Amino acid sequence: MELVVHFRAAVALLGRFPALAGVDLDVAPGQVVLLRGPNGAGKTTVLRACAGLVPVVAGDAVVLGCDLRRDRRRVRSRVGLLGHSTGLYDDLTVGENVRFWGRAGRARTEDIDAALALLGLDGRLRDVPARQLSAGQRRRTSFACLLARRPELWLLDEPHAGLDREARDQVDALVRQATSQGATVLFASHELDRAEALADHTVELAGGTTPTAPAPDTTSSDRSGSERGTTAPAGAPVPEEEAAAGVA
Amino acid sequence: MTLVSRNRSTAGDPAADVEPADPEEASASTASPATRVLGALSLGAVVLWLLYGLWWSPPDVEQSDAVRLFYVHVPSAILAYAGCFLTTVASALWLRRRTPGWDALASASAELGLVFVTITLVTGSLWGRVTWGTYWTWDARLTSTALLAVMLVGYLALRRVEVTPAGSVRAAVVGLLLIPNVIIVNRSVEWWRSLHQRATITKLDPSIGGEMLVAFFVGMVAGALVFAWLLIHRFRLAWLEQQVERHDLDAAVAARRAEAGAAGATSAVEAQA
Amino acid sequence: MWRDAALVAQRDLRIELRSRVATNQVAPFAVLVLVLFAFALDPDRGVLDRATPGLYWIAVLLAALLAVTRSTSLDEAGGTRDALRLSALEPAGIFLGKVVAVAGQLLALELLLALGVAVLYDAELSGFGLLATTCAAATVAVAASGVLYGALVAGLRARDTLLPLLLLPVLAPVLIAATRAFEAALGTSATDGWAWCGLIAGFAVVYLVVGSSAYGALLEDS
Repeated sequence: MELVVHFRAAVALLGRFPALAGVDLDVAPGQVVLLRGPNGAGKTTVLRACAGLVPVVAGDAVVLGCDLRRDRRRVRSRVGLLGHSTGLYDDLTVGENVRFWGRAGRARTEDIDAALALLGLDGRLRDVPARQLSAGQRRRTSFACLLARRPELWLLDEPHAGLDREARDQVDALVRQATSQGATVLFASHELDRAEALADHTVELAGGTTPTAPAPDTTSSDRSGSERGTTAPAGAPVPEEEAAAGVA
Repeated sequence: MTLVSRNRSTAGDPAADVEPADPEEASASTASPATRVLGALSLGAVVLWLLYGLWWSPPDVEQSDAVRLFYVHVPSAILAYAGCFLTTVASALWLRRRTPGWDALASASAELGLVFVTITLVTGSLWGRVTWGTYWTWDARLTSTALLAVMLVGYLALRRVEVTPAGSVRAAVVGLLLIPNVIIVNRSVEWWRSLHQRATITKLDPSIGGEMLVAFFVGMVAGALVFAWLLIHRFRLAWLEQQVERHDLDAAVAARRAEAGAAGATSAVEAQA
Repeated sequence: MWRDAALVAQRDLRIELRSRVATNQVAPFAVLVLVLFAFALDPDRGVLDRATPGLYWIAVLLAALLAVTRSTSLDEAGGTRDALRLSALEPAGIFLGKVVAVAGQLLALELLLALGVAVLYDAELSGFGLLATTCAAATVAVAASGVLYGALVAGLRARDTLLPLLLLPVLAPVLIAATRAFEAALGTSATDGWAWCGLIAGFAVVYLVVGSSAYGALLEDS
């Protein structure tokens, strides 16, 4: 089955800095994959590269069938990225923001309204300017902007950060619903317990590379931990064992 | 400009995308047999220029010795505009082809353009002082040349702020717009100043003949040679800088991987403990 | 593309209506510039009268710098810029939408300043056809080049100082032409105002075309 994301020894540059120095990554359709690693490891860059925002200068990088090294703009309309910053206009209301980003992504009006309803934003909150929202409400609005476009690949950068428990549960529910409808989710998080419960498998990232081999792709609830090693990434999948406690 | 006394030089061809297999092989000098010949020629031409300009050509009937400034002023002006033109063309080609050589050429010729435009303005201003009594008049050509100078300063300021090894889209767009802007500015300023007929303006071009013509010609040739010589060196310098950046990239990738390896090693040790 | 432009223009204007930056800050600034000129040039000696068209356009240009900076900053922050790149909006459409929004704000500003000039400098406004056409053409010219150069310096740390340095020399011909056209309209000069207007229109066309083509590449560069 065709992989949604396929990276082999991918090198990506941010200015002159090699944010990714050889990443191997395989994501099958319908999976939820967690990116884990210390700060500065390159998780955000992997997500942005998948969105076609960061140039990949070496290695293989194919997302949704589009070769990122040749033309990374084609993939953009098919993915949805939820980054650190919200991408909302402070002076516009929630409804106006979602409607603008929805229309900008060529979403249909029904989808826009459905997204607002699903996230509980079609009531009083619809007419509140974005600057007056709480962090959780902003995140929900950004999710609505993403949902309205119905992307095939969801790229979430620390979706649980700064949210209270109820909001985090809501994010998890959204992710599960997305995959049940056929989307694929790749996300980065520091919330290990919750994230590992959500994810089908985990990819470890360190220093812009993936020190482990890419995990097998076929089975869905493959609760594999990650194995640390200093060897260069090999091709064959290795048997997993739960990571020892105390892994940072 | 010899940093190390070697005879080899990098290819100055902007269209070739050169990757030195071994960075040590790339020359540390921007000189080459071609530039040495060019340099010698320009030196000779400049000497001739000085001789013609200062001694051998006669003083003008109306302007006496002040006309000698023209032998510097006019070639500088022409070269300044040529540098500008080169910047625009190189920026356009870079935007189309994205080979870094064009970007280096654009910035090199803009710098030279600024040098020559400054010479033009200074000599023009001095000439104005001698003939009209003022350092500055708002005549069409001087004014549009001044605006050109400001535009070049802006372009170079932008390049200083944003330094990227492979060339910058922003600078290229500004460079691309240089010549169109210059044309529009020239047209509007000339039209504007023509509304105010002033006697002093008609005296701008002295009638030249004989030895003065020779002096002009020598000035043009000398100026062009100096321009070319400086351009080649400056371009090669920029080119070498870009090579250094690219070499650094491989080192940076290796360093990043080593950082990952080290992190993996220490925690593997911890995990086993 | 036109639909995208309309979408973006609508968004920018709506943001402006809500935040009122143009009305609360840019317009008073422009009026302040007019007042400062009066201080510098002494209304009683007739210099102000003769210089009125030029001063008007200088005030417009300086205010345009602020308006353009504001328009650029809307899409400069990481989140919205990425989102724009990810959206299916055509860059040329985004450019034109922003130009329309900035032009709209500038037109309103120019009307206000015309009023200001009529009141503060006791100027008489005649030759309306030429005045209005010049205003329209110059507004588009300033907006188009402003949005383009704004995008050129977006995100750079020296953005606020680079923009005037890059934009004002480019706008010098517009200043010259618009002032001459105004002088012709007001009857103080015998020049052909419509020809100057034509020059401005040509400038506007050049920048609309270049801006639409280059905006996509500029959005990418980050």
